[in-house]
This record gives sequence, structure tokens and C-alpha cells, in this order.
Amino acid sequence: MIKIKKEETESHTISILVDNEAGALARVIGLFSGRGYNIESLSVAEIDQDKHKSRITIVTNGSMMTINKIKSQLERLIPVHSVNDLTSEGPSIEREMALIKVVCSKSDKEEVIRLSEVYRAKTVDTTQDSFIFELTGNIEKINSFVDLLRPLGLEDISRTGLAAVTRGSK
Amino acid sequence: MTELVGAEVVIKALNDQSVDHVFGYPGGAVLPLYDELFKNNNAPQHILVRHEQGAVHAAEGYARSTGKPGVVIVTSGPGATNAITGLTDAMMDSVPIVCLTGQVPTHLIGTDAFQEADTIGITRACTKHNWLVKDPNDLARAIHEAFHVATSGRPGPVVVDIPKDIQFADAKYVPPAELKYENYKPQVKPNIANIEEAIELMGNAKRPVFYTGGGVINSGPEASHLLKELVLLTGFPVTSTLMGLGAFPSSDKNWLGMLGMHGTYEANLAMNECDLLINVGARFDDRVTGRLEAFSPLSKKIHVDIDPSSINKTVPVDVPIVADCAYALESMLMLWKSKGHKVDTKDWFDKINEWRKKNSLDFKNSTKLIKPQFAVQRLYELTKDKDVFITTEVGQHQMWAAQHYHFNEPNRWMTSGGLGTMGYGFPAAIGVQVAHPKSLVIDIAGEASILMNIQELSTAIQHKLPVKIFILNNQYMGMVRQWQELLHGGRYSHSYTHSLPDFVKLAEAYGAQGIRAEKPGELDKKIIQMIDSDLPVIFDCVVDQNENCYPMIPAGAAHNEMLLGEKEDDHEVSDEGKVLI
Ligand SMILES: Cc1ncc(C[n+]2csc(CCOP(=O)(O)OP(=O)(O)O)c2C)c(N)n1
Ligand SMILES: [Mg+2]
Repeated sequence: MIKIKKEETESHTISILVDNEAGALARVIGLFSGRGYNIESLSVAEIDQDKHKSRITIVTNGSMMTINKIKSQLERLIPVHSVNDLTSEGPSIEREMALIKVVCSKSDKEEVIRLSEVYRAKTVDTTQDSFIFELTGNIEKINSFVDLLRPLGLEDISRTGLAAVTRGSK
Repeated sequence: MTELVGAEVVIKALNDQSVDHVFGYPGGAVLPLYDELFKNNNAPQHILVRHEQGAVHAAEGYARSTGKPGVVIVTSGPGATNAITGLTDAMMDSVPIVCLTGQVPTHLIGTDAFQEADTIGITRACTKHNWLVKDPNDLARAIHEAFHVATSGRPGPVVVDIPKDIQFADAKYVPPAELKYENYKPQVKPNIANIEEAIELMGNAKRPVFYTGGGVINSGPEASHLLKELVLLTGFPVTSTLMGLGAFPSSDKNWLGMLGMHGTYEANLAMNECDLLINVGARFDDRVTGRLEAFSPLSKKIHVDIDPSSINKTVPVDVPIVADCAYALESMLMLWKSKGHKVDTKDWFDKINEWRKKNSLDFKNSTKLIKPQFAVQRLYELTKDKDVFITTEVGQHQMWAAQHYHFNEPNRWMTSGGLGTMGYGFPAAIGVQVAHPKSLVIDIAGEASILMNIQELSTAIQHKLPVKIFILNNQYMGMVRQWQELLHGGRYSHSYTHSLPDFVKLAEAYGAQGIRAEKPGELDKKIIQMIDSDLPVIFDCVVDQNENCYPMIPAGAAHNEMLLGEKEDDHEVSDEGKVLI
């Protein structure tokens, strides 16, 4: 019998500065799929319109050796300017935004509102029997809010993927 | 800046990049380019191949035997997809190739137009970088950048995809001198602190070994020269990967032979028992390391590589040195001299000499059948004093060539290492011959591999390229048969090469010369006949069908678990080993 080995993995947030040109994102995510790395979260947007630079933030997991490999392979791509492993480089601020739609019965309504208050979610739309909440926070916070809403009529959810920057002056 | 049309810009850019030869095949989407090749007196010489895969391999042979980039022109759609194997091969073996592909006109991109393929998407994974030119004024820059990326840092293939309307459109030409390459500036000079650490380790080593690779050859002849000097000064033994053969002279007393799956006993045992491993331009490939957990367990490791992502990829190292091999070797040499280190390697060589006595490349010769090893040995003896270049296909014959043909200079040996592409050797030999019209160029082939790009014989005839194809004809996909024998109970599933052509007649049908040898006694005479021919030759060397390639580290085994030959009964390969390739 052949056993497939699994290695110890940890989650890392990688921040990548790229030229905003056709195909840059495809090169980055193609590297992940081509070499069998995971993408848990992905966000991308232009951050400098004059210089055509975009920031791609990826949450991935792997052993420390794998994370380092991902970093040096990303650095090898021509449109990539810099790669930072925010998880290893020290404290960073990480935020994600989610829009969460709940369709609930009258009896659950109160509990849904109470939870949204506890999590400080913003109510951005409401009807007789539905809510849309906007929640910003780290991944865990959003996950746990979503988990609590699930039995109460969670209908739809859209998340932005993680945005992250390092703390302090550097 | 001069106003030209796109196709003229391409030719001008090739001129400014000092391109003398291009390998290609025409089609609808590159007609303007081909028109320019026809009209323009300055256009590089075009070598018409018979299949686009052949064009890329020919360009690879050209590049690896000259150190210059190989240039390819193919049409859109099927032209581009036919080139994929060659591009992937060049990617794996770090060969600088600039491939210009035609594309449907910009307004038709994305409409499933005739002969449209998403060339950029398809080649993203098998090129170092690629460009789709959508604005004629970007064309010159894209081509110059393509040459820059292909040839600097770790070399590799690049694609410039040029829609047909761009080839017709007015376009500004920009010469390379006016461009800056902000985005791609690979580190070529080593960090001196790392060199100091390395020299410290080398000065204190008891059982050191140099493990060198294709990076030394890619770095240029100067790197080979510096390597020789460093070995002479330190007195350390040297082994090399398949890709690195020739960087260090095989006639030198410190030479251990090739290492890896079919490497010599002494090379692999030295890797296993060394206390310092100095990797210069090799990448710890799985053909070399064998089982990773058991790889060179006692050694500190130094790794010189121009590609930072090669370092710590599979084998963690103690001293990483990101640099071009020549720069790293030069710094090492200078520091070694100034420190005045002396290492006594006598005990270490005593041990190595014991291993050498195993004569691991030995084989039982025969007076009735031509043994493939014997054929390569005779070929070597009869050609070694000539100006000779060797290419190979993939299989047992490739390993026998690596074991029994010896090289004393870089750029003389071209083989498909990383991808293991059957069909590589013959077109590669054509590319070598284009670059070295007066030299003797021999493709050591298998009868199965040669049929994968046999159509290129027509190319060789047309362009008067007297390449010699030396087929070790064992009527089997020998390497497959060997693995089936060792791993699959001798069930030779589809590895017999049925219905072979008569290679002598085949040669003659193309206008080449055919020679067949069936007995050891006639070998020398016929090899000389082949060498003396002015024509391309297919030499059908009929060899022992049952010969296996030894020594061998079975898949999933360690260096000290080598099989030396048939006699050994412990052919047991672990389940983990069986899944490996
Ligand atoms: C394009 C391609 N297809 C399949 C293989 C798998 N393969 C490796 S060696 C080999 C047999 C080669 O046979 P031959 O050319 O006769 O060489 P021999 O091993 O007999 O010397 C095959 C099929 C390969 N390396 N390349
Ligand atoms: Mg064969």
C-alpha cells in the first residue's frame, strides 16, 4: 500500500507588488496551481494608478520550506516587484470585509440582530424577512460570525479576501 | 526613431541582437514576417525545419553549442502548439530561446478565429516570460526585452506573440541601447560573506567533493576554466550531473565521472560519504539525489546557483550563494589563494580509489553481438581527436553515451536532461551543425526516439548539414524494457519497437547515406565510413537487445544502495520507489 504523506503546514499571508499588466495575476495564481500550492484567500487591486502597480494579497499554507519556496518562485516572475511574507516578517494588520445575507423567521430575528450587535456588523439592507450585514475583521472573526448565522437562515455571502499591511513605521 | 512596419521592426531587432540564424516554419499568421525574410538582404539565414518541435530543439542545440540564444519563428495555432515540447524542454534545461509566434489579428483575438490559440496562456507555464504585442510601437521593446530575459540570470525560453496586423502596421523602432530593463536584474555577483563561509568550510573539510551542473556551462567557458583552476588548487574530487558534462575535463585525475541514477559508483559513494558538498550550478535534481532523506547525510552543503528559487528547494543547504557560477568561482578562487588553505585529501582519495576499483561502468563484452557500451566506446575512440559535438535522444543509449563518451570541454554535449524528451537529439544536432558547419556532429540515438523527429532528415539534406545519426538499435524502448524487467515482472507491455523501418533504405529515401553494422568486428571500419561521409548518415548499429544500463540507483533508493549489474539479486524496489519515475 502506498501512503500519501502529509506535511505539517501553517497559514501565511503573502503580499505581492506587481505591475498592473495583462496576465500578471494569471502568472501569480498559475504558479500556485502549477506547483500545487494552496490559495485560501486572494485579493487584488491597483494601488498606484500612475505607476500601474497592483497589490495581490494571498493567504496560503504550507511548511516553512514551502512558504519560502513560494516566496522565491514569486520573486522570479518578471512583473513581480516585491514579495513579503507578512506572517514571518512580524506584526501586521489584516482585514477582510464580508457582505452576509440572512433570511430568517420572525422568531429568529431577535437573535440575528443581537449577534450582529455583538460582532458590530453594519446593517446595510433590511426587509421584512431579510438582512444584509457588512462585517469587517480578520478571517477568524468573519468565520465565527458566519458560523453562528448558519442555523439562523444564512442565505448568501460574499467576501473580499484579505487585505494586509505591516504594523509600525517600516 | 525610424518608421518601419512591424515585420521590418522584427528583422531590425534580430539584426541588433546579432542573430545570424533562425529556425522556423511559415504559416498564415507569419506571412508578413516571411515576406521580410525573403525581401530583406539583412535578414538572418532561415533554416526551414519539417516540424515546429524540430525548430525549437534545433535552436536549443544551436544555443547550447554556442552560448548564444536560439531563435525560432512559427505560425499561430498549430505552429505554436507544436513548439510547446521544445519550449518546455528549454525551460527545464535552462536554454535561452526566443520564440516568435504569429497570432491572429488583434481584432479577432478571442473569437476562436482560424488557427487561433491562446499562445500566451498555453506557454505561460513553459516559458520564463512571454509577451503579446498589441501595439506596434511596443514591438521592438518586447523583442529586445525577450532577448534580455532569455539570456540573463538563469537562461530560459521566452515567447513573443505577434498578431498579424501588428506585422503590417507602422511601428516605431527602438534600438536596444535606448531601453532600460528595470524589472529584471538578476543578481550575478556573490555576497562576499557567503564566499568567506564557503572557503572556511572548504579549508577545514576532510572529505570534500565538487558537484557541478549545467549552470557552469551556461555561465560560459570562463566558468569551466575557473572550475578547473579551483580544483587544481584545492585538490578536491569532482563529479557532475548529466547536464554539466564537459565543464570539467574527464581526463583529469580528480574526475569521478557522472553522478546520479546511472552515475559511477565512486561519484555516488563520494556524495554519500563526503563531509562537504560544493554544488556549483546544479539543482539537486531527483535523478541525482535518489531518496532525499538518505542524500549525502554527513555533509555540510554549499550551493552556488543564479536562481534563488533553486536554493533550499528540495535539499536544505548551509551556505547559499546566489550568483553566476563564474563570479562565484572567481571569488572562491581569490579567497582560497589569499587564505593559503591546504587540505590533505590523501585519505579521502585512498577511499575513492577503492571505489574506483569496482569499475562500475564495466560490462561483459561479446564477440558475436555488438554491446551498446562497446559501440559507444569505439565511437569515442574513433572520433575523440576530432572537432566533435555529441547530442542524444532519451533512453539507455543516452546513459551509455554519458558514461562511455568523454568530454574535456564545455558546450560539446547536448542532451535533454530535465524533460527527457525523445526526439530531441536529431534536431538539436541539426542546430549544432548550423552553428558549426565544419565540425563532426553526432546524435547518439535509440531506434524508438529517432522516429519521433525523423522528418528532420529532410531539413539536414536541404541545408547540407551532414549530421550523423548513430542508432543503438536494440529493437526495444530499452529504458522502458529495463524498468519493466526490474519493476513489473518482465511484462514487456508495448515496449518492443515493432515494424521498424529499414533504416538504411530510410536514409537513402531522403537522399542521405545508410550504414548498418551487425558484428563487433565490422564496427570500426563502418564508423570510419560514417565519419568520412559528406552526407547526413543514419548508422543502424544493431546491438544486444537484452543489455541493461548499469550501474543504477533504483528509484527511491539511496546512493549507497546502487545496483552494479545483473548479478545482484536484491532488485527489490519499495512501494514508495515504484511510484517514482
Ligand atoms: C516523448 C517521450 N515519450 C516517452 C518517453 C518515455 N521513454 C523514456 S526512454 C523510452 C524508450 C526510448 O527507446 P529508444 O529510443 O529505443 O532508446 P533505448 O532506451 O532503447 O536506448 C521511452 C519511451 C520519453 N522519454 N519521451
Ligand atoms: Mg531502443
